[in-house]
Amino acid sequence: MTLLNTLILVPFLTALLVVLVPGNYRFVIRCIALLGTAIAAVLGTVLFFKFVPGGAGFQFESSYQWADAGGLRLAFHTGVDGISAGMLLVSAVVGFAAVAVSWEIERQAKLYYILLLSIIGGALGAFASLDLFYLYFFNEIALVPTFIMIGVWGRGDDRNYAAFKITLYLTLGAMVGLVGLIALYTRSGADSLDIVKLQQAIAAKPLAPGLQDFVFFCLVIGFGTLVGLFPFHSWAPQGYACAPTATAMLHAGILKKVGLLALLRVALPMLPGAVSRWGWVLAVLCVGNLLYCGFVAMRQRDLNLLIGNSSLAHMGFAFLGLATVNVIGVTGTVLVMVSHALLAALSFALSGWLRRQTGTIEIGQMGGLLARMPFIGTVLIACFLAGCGVPGFANFAGELTVMFGAWHGLPAVVVVAAWSGLVIGGVYMLRSIRDILHGAPREELREARDAVSWWRRLPFAVLVLGLIYFGIFPNTLANRIRPAAAEVVRLAKNTGPAPTAKAATATPAPAK
Amino acid sequence: MNYSLLQVELLVALLGLGVLLADLWLPPRHRRALGLAAAAGLMLVFIVGIRGAVDTYAGAAEYAFGAPKARTGMYVLDNLAVFFKQFFLLAGILVLLMSVEYSDRIGSGVSEFFALVIFALLGMLFAASANDLVLLFASLELVTITFVVLNSYQRGRAASIEAGVKYLIMGALASAFMVFGIALVFGSANTTNFSEIHAAQKQLAGNPVFLVGLAMLLGGLLFKIAAVPFQMWAPDVYQGSPAPATAFLAVGSKAAGIVLLLRVLFGAVPQITAQWSHLLVWIAALTILYGSLCAIPQRSLKRLMGYSSIANAGYLLLGFASLRAEGVNGVLYYLAGYLFTVLAAFAVVCVVLRHTDSDDLSALAGLGQRSPLLAGALALAMASLAGIPPLAGFLGKFLLLKSIVPNGAYDPGYYCLLGVAVFGVVVSLYYYFGVIRAVYWGGQASDLSPIATSWPVRIALAVCIAGIFWLGLFPDNLLSLTGPAAGVFGKLATPASWPANAH
Repeated sequence: MTLLNTLILVPFLTALLVVLVPGNYRFVIRCIALLGTAIAAVLGTVLFFKFVPGGAGFQFESSYQWADAGGLRLAFHTGVDGISAGMLLVSAVVGFAAVAVSWEIERQAKLYYILLLSIIGGALGAFASLDLFYLYFFNEIALVPTFIMIGVWGRGDDRNYAAFKITLYLTLGAMVGLVGLIALYTRSGADSLDIVKLQQAIAAKPLAPGLQDFVFFCLVIGFGTLVGLFPFHSWAPQGYACAPTATAMLHAGILKKVGLLALLRVALPMLPGAVSRWGWVLAVLCVGNLLYCGFVAMRQRDLNLLIGNSSLAHMGFAFLGLATVNVIGVTGTVLVMVSHALLAALSFALSGWLRRQTGTIEIGQMGGLLARMPFIGTVLIACFLAGCGVPGFANFAGELTVMFGAWHGLPAVVVVAAWSGLVIGGVYMLRSIRDILHGAPREELREARDAVSWWRRLPFAVLVLGLIYFGIFPNTLANRIRPAAAEVVRLAKNTGPAPTAKAATATPAPAK
Repeated sequence: MNYSLLQVELLVALLGLGVLLADLWLPPRHRRALGLAAAAGLMLVFIVGIRGAVDTYAGAAEYAFGAPKARTGMYVLDNLAVFFKQFFLLAGILVLLMSVEYSDRIGSGVSEFFALVIFALLGMLFAASANDLVLLFASLELVTITFVVLNSYQRGRAASIEAGVKYLIMGALASAFMVFGIALVFGSANTTNFSEIHAAQKQLAGNPVFLVGLAMLLGGLLFKIAAVPFQMWAPDVYQGSPAPATAFLAVGSKAAGIVLLLRVLFGAVPQITAQWSHLLVWIAALTILYGSLCAIPQRSLKRLMGYSSIANAGYLLLGFASLRAEGVNGVLYYLAGYLFTVLAAFAVVCVVLRHTDSDDLSALAGLGQRSPLLAGALALAMASLAGIPPLAGFLGKFLLLKSIVPNGAYDPGYYCLLGVAVFGVVVSLYYYFGVIRAVYWGGQASDLSPIATSWPVRIALAVCIAGIFWLGLFPDNLLSLTGPAAGVFGKLATPASWPANAH
């Protein structure tokens, strides 16, 4: 068994172990969950640094024939390339942090940890899968746990509505995406959803233009919904606002990126014709994320809604990078995915702490908290500065790279929109730092406590250190990503001799 | 003739008679033990009888009740028949375990209840092997009449009597249609044997009398699986009947209808079926829409399952509409997942009914704390019905959707059907997850005392949960059974308007 498969299995085995422990041994359950995710985090780190940068192919690859009967051929094919290496690392790390911040859960702890561990395992599996069937399969594992977690441990009066909304949106997105995948399966001639086999089949015989367009729109709408692509995004802020801290961390940080991974794995490299004809759609919609969600975030008084909307705005950069269809832009997309995973997880962990300590999530009711909680306050400042794209944090590297890519590949109006998205982000991030941390300490918040013990500080420290590490050494990521991104772009540009495709590339962006 | 072909049916018939007789001498306090013994007996048949049957026919189809060499007997034993016999026996075992749990609510005549379940099972076993309209009708009547009794078994409850009467009247109507259709088919084809009809279908395809007869026959079978426009009875009957009877109706009776539809549509008249592809597409789409939309406002879990069973009939019809062996394969896989899923849900309903005397969704409040096992089983069942991986329902739906997508290239109607199916899945999520909500956080529970579960229920639930996960995670085992079973019809015919290489 490869290191990668062990990494996927660890959370699921931990969940099975938790099933066997009686429900009232809360401490034991928590220790098992922490230990399991800590092992996964270590394995993820080892995997990331053992991954040899520079090669284009997959590493740690393994394939097991899973089904080959009755017209269904599936291989449990896993492997890592530059695109998934970083995501696997941060998934494992965020998974550990999510378990670590869950110390406040007291009710039905056993069920909670089983569900949490299955979400983590599902996310790791999705990033490791090289068979699109299993990518979908692992991604969907999170659906029921998310629903139950929002309902049982969620916050706020709207959580019932939010739980249904997030579930229905995600299912609709996933089903539309699935239709696209099935169309690929049956019509590509590969008779399989294995990425390698699909690419071979498509290289031998490109798909018909009509089919390409159909699959492209299924994937963009379907998987775009999972990421929160404008205008299919409204589930996200509300769902996160009502979800328990750990669920919001995993969802906003990790699971959202599975949709981007699917677009990177399928929409760009396998549908070059459709990309050249319809790539501009992504460029237009991502402006919606950057500007519209940014403006919405600016108006929020609820910290969770602000973080949720700002995370959608950041996803705009990821889509922008995809829409450039050049190596710099796609590399930037993956950098944004990785850095935003850490950022979103850290933001929700912080808002969970603030809510726990102050009893409110309204920004207007906080103030002067830096004096009461120096550690959390400092981390919050670091986190929000990272969110504005300040150099020294990983997000700067990602967003800057995307902008470079966009400058090459997209019309100036899109680039200007993206640039104003950054300014808007700066406005609301800095404003909330002022409102939450600065000013005179409020009398009614004197009960609020800082994270004192190193054990409480650990999850925050891990996430913020990750942001700083990749901010200072972005090349550890970029070197791994670039060959894979180059391969994606090479295939995406490989439009072949179809005359309609050429005509469309001449005017790629009627964005106005 | 070779009686060893019928060994499964003979053993089950003997078991049913044995249960009836044992009731004469057994003191009443041993009734529960009798049910368990019957379940153990079926388990024995499952192990011994199926093995014997498989050895008897050894891959190629074997026929009974007909000219020995002609391969046109009334009774056929092939891969499809054996698949369904295993299916029905497993369902029968689990339903008997459930009935044991439910026996104190049944009141008088508990042993007859067990015996009737076994006789209904016998009808289903014969249906699995029907290769003739006469055996089709006889086996279906055996199923229908036993279910009339089973549905109205709780004589003290008006709802149960209502369920029985509705099923009786609607069932009789459907049977009348069917027997009239059979008469027309026999009148025009001069035979009732599927193999002989198959040989003559080219001439019969132009004969309006035959087509009318066939359509009436289909109506009777669609009634069995509760497909639009013959679905009216399902919600009322599901709600009123005793829970184990509903469970058997949902799983066994529906599967009997499915296997007979397969035998008629693809075994007897595949070429006519191909010309009727639009009809199948319409019925599937309307059934999915009706079941999904009507399930939304339901508050009674059993009634909800009634509408869900209609929607699921629609998904099963996707496989028929695909006109492909892969579609048939998907139907079989979906049914197998449906067996474990629905029986898990009804096993939970049985226990909840015993403790709260209500199947309203509000009665489930607090179940997450009262019994994590029951809550988990119900949540898994609902998630599997909604088609969420890694559970059985997901792979079933995946196979069914996969079977109709390629047809869209020849007939855009299939893309519309696909859209309806996707829409139905999203809608169904709303009501299935509503049940999960009721279990974990819906409403205020007045009573939070733990619910104890007896060991027969635990066994049934363990088998169902294991089945749900097994079929979702390791599809190869079941696919190696469904593949050959779906292969008995060979290459299926396609409509004349499709290109010749459509498959």
